[in-house]
Amino acid sequence: MSVETKVEYEIVIGLEIHAELSTESKVFCGCRTTFGADPNSLVCPVCLGLPGSLPVLNRKAVEYAIKAGLALNCEIARYSKFDRKQYFYPDLPKAYQISQYDLPLCRNGWVEFEINGEVRRVGINRVHLEEEAGKSVHSGERLLGSEYSLIDYNRGGIPLIEIVTEPDLRSPEEARVFLEQLRQILLFTGVSDVKMEEGSLRCDANISLRPKGSTKFGAKTEVKNLNSFRSVQRALEYEAQRQREVLESGGTLYQETRHWDENRGVTVAMRSKEEAHDYRYFPEPDLVPLVVDEAWIERLRAELPELPRARQARFVEQYGLPRYDAEVLTTSPQLADFFEACVAEYGQAKPVSNWIMGEFLRLLKAEGKAVEQVQVSPKGLADLLRLIDQGVINANVGKEVFEEMFHTGKEPGAIVKERGLEQISDTAALAAIVDQVIAANPDAADNVRNGEMKAIGFLIGQVMKQTGGKANPKVVQALLRERLLGG
Amino acid sequence: MALYDLTAHELRQQLDSGELTSRELTEALLRRIEQLDGTLGAYITVAAEEALEQARAYDEARAKGEATHPLGGIPVALKDNLVTRGLRTTAASRMLENWVPPYDATVVERLRSVKAPVLGKTNMDEFAMGGSTETSAFKVARNPWDLERVPGGSSGGSAIAVAAGLAVWALGSDTGGSIRQPAAFCGVVGMKPTYGRVSRYGLIAFASSLDQIGPFTRDVTDCALALNLICGFDPRDSTSVNLEVPDFTKALRVEPKGLRIGVPVEYLNQPVDPDVRASVDRALKLLEENGAVIKEVSLPSLQYALHVYYLIASAEASSNLARFDGVRYGLRVPAADVPRMMEETRSKGFGPEVKRRIILGTYVLSAGHYDAYYKKASQVRTLMRRDFDQAFKEVDVLFAPTTSSTAFRLGEKTRDPLSMYMTDYFTIPVNLAGLPGLSLPCGVDKDGMPIGLQIIGPPFGEEQVLKAAYTYEQLAWPNGAGRQWRAGREVAVDVR
Repeated sequence: MSVETKVEYEIVIGLEIHAELSTESKVFCGCRTTFGADPNSLVCPVCLGLPGSLPVLNRKAVEYAIKAGLALNCEIARYSKFDRKQYFYPDLPKAYQISQYDLPLCRNGWVEFEINGEVRRVGINRVHLEEEAGKSVHSGERLLGSEYSLIDYNRGGIPLIEIVTEPDLRSPEEARVFLEQLRQILLFTGVSDVKMEEGSLRCDANISLRPKGSTKFGAKTEVKNLNSFRSVQRALEYEAQRQREVLESGGTLYQETRHWDENRGVTVAMRSKEEAHDYRYFPEPDLVPLVVDEAWIERLRAELPELPRARQARFVEQYGLPRYDAEVLTTSPQLADFFEACVAEYGQAKPVSNWIMGEFLRLLKAEGKAVEQVQVSPKGLADLLRLIDQGVINANVGKEVFEEMFHTGKEPGAIVKERGLEQISDTAALAAIVDQVIAANPDAADNVRNGEMKAIGFLIGQVMKQTGGKANPKVVQALLRERLLGG
Repeated sequence: MALYDLTAHELRQQLDSGELTSRELTEALLRRIEQLDGTLGAYITVAAEEALEQARAYDEARAKGEATHPLGGIPVALKDNLVTRGLRTTAASRMLENWVPPYDATVVERLRSVKAPVLGKTNMDEFAMGGSTETSAFKVARNPWDLERVPGGSSGGSAIAVAAGLAVWALGSDTGGSIRQPAAFCGVVGMKPTYGRVSRYGLIAFASSLDQIGPFTRDVTDCALALNLICGFDPRDSTSVNLEVPDFTKALRVEPKGLRIGVPVEYLNQPVDPDVRASVDRALKLLEENGAVIKEVSLPSLQYALHVYYLIASAEASSNLARFDGVRYGLRVPAADVPRMMEETRSKGFGPEVKRRIILGTYVLSAGHYDAYYKKASQVRTLMRRDFDQAFKEVDVLFAPTTSSTAFRLGEKTRDPLSMYMTDYFTIPVNLAGLPGLSLPCGVDKDGMPIGLQIIGPPFGEEQVLKAAYTYEQLAWPNGAGRQWRAGREVAVDVR
């Protein structure tokens, strides 16, 4: 019997990401792309693939795809073309998808992201432009076996980019973090809503294992139906483990497509390489080749906004913010814009950051709102901070005022006036209340007298309660010390 | 001469002078359709009410001085692969037997805009695949010159309608000769414009990179008028070319002197019926006598044209026809599940010729075959364009027979697809190179069947083609183009 040394495996992952572009109209016709409209209300002969209809390329969709390519550090092809990818499925009205095969619009890019304090770079093989299919709704789990299925073609023809990475990812966690970074880049570039839950961002993953140190790839599995960032990581963890077990038990892996079952937490075999579709790609004869000139690319490059990692770095550098603050404030371009507008009004960065990361995000999350839906103006937040600085209100009242600003968009000064929230700093007015509190809480007062300073906080709280939170806490503390400790 | 025998430009005078209304003309043609179409099988659908309504609208507009287009009020027939809003469009297939489109093809919009009454939708080979109209799922089409012969195809119904006076003019589509070949067989003028000249929007696609819409008319003048109406850039068709459209009637000049005519040697070496050859030679001689210069040119890549065509056209067809799956419109044959429903629908909905091409096209696009077939064919196609470009450096137009023989007998080639495919030998290269090509009558054979002369021009050289065609037409028949052909045809229909 020979002694077996356990082989250590390296995980190799590459992703294929589909992102719907947020153009106003579809990629080959003039239909709107509004999400959630009545089924089959945003359709025409072209996106329904009626006999005789022809596609016409949406210029904006090309621009968005180029912008995405530039944001992913790709080379933009001066000459590309469209091809038909052919397969039969009820939600595919022409029985082919207009896509790009051998001459994609963008290629050879990269994305950097940070994981566990280390910067990693993933190659982008290509980004190409294609059209969405319609959406099937089955009475059962899937098409086969359902009593009936309904199809909504509103989604059919919405522009889509497919982003294919190189097999550069080395762990399921890395795959998830990369995908989050990619999502953020697309969000900042403004080309896609990238909502995984609405399906405007979708991801398939290719995963294989190989002995550590080997340069050859193992047989890969394509995992489909990854509907959230979490499921990307979970499915890949499951799949890596499954493959490892097969290899360790002396088995052989074959190239196949597997379906992630979110509920059961397993991947299920869908089809083998032999059963794979032959898409019979050929050049789309209804469209002419796409020629992009240098000037167009440069114009689009100039329109690119500052991307998330660059903006984070600048926030740390320019505003002296902690890294964590910079990361939180750059989760969306709208939030980052709001932060910078507030700083411009107020002058100091850290207090603005604290308020945004605290109250603002708390309310946003509680109400399920997006930054751009909120009524608070940058000037409003700056005014509020100044009211606190000037002692007109205290910080706690400030939160109350902010909540009303958040809901109504009113100016903080007006709210304070209307509701009489000005801080009471008048010693004479507070002295009477302080005396009352001391009288009503003799035990606490004694504790303070005996040097138990924790009790003074309790007494301050009682005074605040009596004044509806408006007492100036500094003045109250001074009065209490004077009364109980003799100054 | 009967109303139904007049050309559009002759009728124009009567309509303008007020001695004839569009309604009277439309009624006369509808009566003729009623009398003869049971025999001829030119129409799949006759749209009498709609046509009369459009004629009435035209007459009203004319009374107010608002209708000014030369083809306004003149009844026209449409091949049944041109999509018409509210009017059944079948492509002569069971698959679309009851399909009523919700939109108009661009060319149909243009006809409506000048108030040209549409008499109906004409018979054709199923999805335009065929050269005799015999693959139509609905009815037999007969050549008005000899009812036992085919009218040609695929636009056979449109050719019959114009030849037999069941429409003043008609539209067809030409993928490998589907306008020019039936025009030749039926003794009328038929033209395929340059690829990109006429919008394909609303033409049910057979082979997208080859399809082109064009007119059937009774003479070259009407052809020019029809081109004026249908040509031009359409933002809905990305392959339509944004080029200014000239007034094609300006090309209608008799100018044989100095006209440089090329004759491809590859065509000369092809087996051709002696009567056809003699007629084409006579036409060349007539022009030469009047000062034209005849020159042999060589287009070596032509020898591959037929192969290249059947690879590319079938590949594109297999893709274009995949949408007929029973899900959204047209025929649906119920079955236990969706894949079987699609299979059953496609099995029952398509005829044998369409299936043959889908199978061929699917095969050539399959993994492992693409490079050897489709890609190679595309490369040869590029060479072919180059050969034509070279030839047009030396000559203004090319002359050739439209077909190697006159109309064959019904059933003669239906069991032998290859011999049927061969009938497109002379017309196919024009589609592959995207050139304008016209066929016009140039005589009859020993059986009295019409012979077609094909005139080919460089890309967007429609004016050169029309000028050469008009020159020949006027020199050959100074007293009115093709009158004698009509007389010959009358005999055939009357004998019946």
